[in-house]
Amino acid sequence: MTLLSVKNLRVTFDTEAGVVEAVRGVSFSLGRERLGIVGESGSGKTMTGRSVLRLIRPPGRIAADEMLFDGQDLMKLPEREMRALRGPRMAMVMQDPKYSLNPVMKVGAQLMEGLRQRDRVGRAEAHGKAVAALEAVQIRDPERVMEAYPHELSGGMGQRVMIAMMLIPNPDLLIADEPTSALDVTVQAEVLSILDGLVRDRGMGLIFISHDLRLVARFCDRVLVMYKGRVVEELAAQDLLHAKHPYTQGLLNCLPRIGGDRGPLPGLDRNAEWAR
Amino acid sequence: MTASPSASLRLGAYLRAAGSMLISLAATILGLLLVTFIIGRVVPIDPVLAIVGERATEAQIEAARVALGLDLPLWRQFLIYAWDALHGDLGQSIRTGQPVIEAVARHFPATLELATLATILGVIAGVPAGVLAATRPGSLADHVVRLVGLMGYSMPVFWLGLIGLLLFYGILGWVGGPGRLDAVFDMMYEFEVTPVSGMILIDTALAGRWDMWVNAISHIILPAGLLGYVSMAYISRMTRSFMMNELSQEYITTARVKGMPEWRVIWVHAMRNVLVPLITVIALSYAYLLEGSVLTETIFAWPGLGSYITDALMVNDMPAVLGGTVVVGVAFVLLNLFSDLLYRLVDPRAR
Ligand SMILES: Nc1ncnc2c1ncn2[C@@H]1O[C@H](COP(=O)(O)OP(=O)(O)OP(=O)(O)O)[C@@H](O)[C@H]1O
Ligand SMILES: [Mg+2]
Repeated sequence: MTLLSVKNLRVTFDTEAGVVEAVRGVSFSLGRERLGIVGESGSGKTMTGRSVLRLIRPPGRIAADEMLFDGQDLMKLPEREMRALRGPRMAMVMQDPKYSLNPVMKVGAQLMEGLRQRDRVGRAEAHGKAVAALEAVQIRDPERVMEAYPHELSGGMGQRVMIAMMLIPNPDLLIADEPTSALDVTVQAEVLSILDGLVRDRGMGLIFISHDLRLVARFCDRVLVMYKGRVVEELAAQDLLHAKHPYTQGLLNCLPRIGGDRGPLPGLDRNAEWAR
Repeated sequence: MTASPSASLRLGAYLRAAGSMLISLAATILGLLLVTFIIGRVVPIDPVLAIVGERATEAQIEAARVALGLDLPLWRQFLIYAWDALHGDLGQSIRTGQPVIEAVARHFPATLELATLATILGVIAGVPAGVLAATRPGSLADHVVRLVGLMGYSMPVFWLGLIGLLLFYGILGWVGGPGRLDAVFDMMYEFEVTPVSGMILIDTALAGRWDMWVNAISHIILPAGLLGYVSMAYISRMTRSFMMNELSQEYITTARVKGMPEWRVIWVHAMRNVLVPLITVIALSYAYLLEGSVLTETIFAWPGLGSYITDALMVNDMPAVLGGTVVVGVAFVLLNLFSDLLYRLVDPRAR
């Protein structure tokens, strides 16, 4: 059962220095499953994810032959209907919580905003739901965090607040951009099991963007490997660690191995051919 | 809900910051007094001669010197000057022989009223104009806002004032002329309205004299509109650039990801952040109007502090000039303090 199907997605930026092609013809489909996206920095992972929500800022432009979400073509939807989908139907855990939370609003107000503004939920009820969402992502003193400002949070707390905030309206599609990079192993496992549960029990579709190939291999069902705005390889997650493609092998070789030899990390081998 | 420990911690930090600001406030005011004191001593106007006149005898001059305390060492003179000033005694006007503070108390509210109304108009017009321009960069609205702002910057105020008076008062008769009230109301105001604030719009409203209030509005609207236009030019330009900057931040995308409508993204998420630097800009433009509307006051025969100081300067009435300057300076410092406190209130990172 397909939740999202993207055909020939392109994202271009008209800059003074010329046209930058951040995403160049990406196609994929997603069911009620966990799809990983890996690739080096700048390969277009974030831009691909944001395109699905149609939230690329000018001068960036999105083009796609088709972007079907639950039967409707997102490319053809008016902005008003698109906005109605954001939040309760599709959401995105933003990459860097340090910059992605409003610096002058209390964390609690940001968590409750969707409930209060869109769903017109009463103050006490919204507060209760927000606290529960924080507890679910292993935040131990949710009342204090509700009253805190973003700069008073650690990186890991910020990430968990971001995840909690996006999960509150129960979206059908969640795009998670490096959601657990600042979490320690036990908390990471806990957060991943929450996401896993949502995919299994509620049939949520998850796009999981990460630099951590081992994590993706373990956690996801399928993986897209991106290079220079293109998908160079798509494979089942269990095959990721023994991928044949030289670029993917390069990414794997860059991972430091625990207990492995302490030699210098090999550089990433790049070949313009792969990006054709 | 009870206050959380972090909230009371925040309050403590806030009070500490306010305390250190009060200390710097005191230092600034003392510095201001020192500067005006020195100016008073170095200008080539002999305060004694100014009082006793050119043809006084040696003995008369000496007596006046002692009466003014000019025979004391300079540091003692300064202490006396500062002590008196802190107790509201700014000396006596040479021209009128009356205490300077009384004249200032009469003139300052007129300036305050004009500058406040102008700033309110500037904010009401400038902030939405700047936001409009920032949300549609390159659009017709953006160009119009920029053009209107540019005119506010480059047109001389006295010229605009004269044209405005000619057109709206002389030809169209839509507004009241120079002064704060029509001549008929001037006397009535003096005798029938209790002066609470010295600002006519407030005092007549408190007294329920709406006939006078309407007349005062018709007089203040042109100069306030003019100064408001100048401040709008500045505020709209700064709002535009602050807003553009905020709208390019990641948290804006987060708000959109949550499905928040565009008005909320702009007026709540971005605006709260824009307010942080904008408060300083508004305070600066307010302060500029408080001290710098001399030309406007002259054209509109507005009996404000600017006119008072210029008039005093014309007749070498140094105590009046310096006393007026001290009051403007203190107003400036207080305004700064206020905007600083407000700034800390809206920006949690600055506490
Ligand atoms: N405003 C912009 N103007 C021009 N180019 C841009 C702009 N924003 C992004 N890009 C380009 O888009 C490309 C893809 O960026 P994207 O953020 O998707 O990378 P990423 O794979 O998420 O990288 P990372 O792992 O570092 O997050 C980058 O090469 C970047 O140069
Ligand atoms: Mg990214």
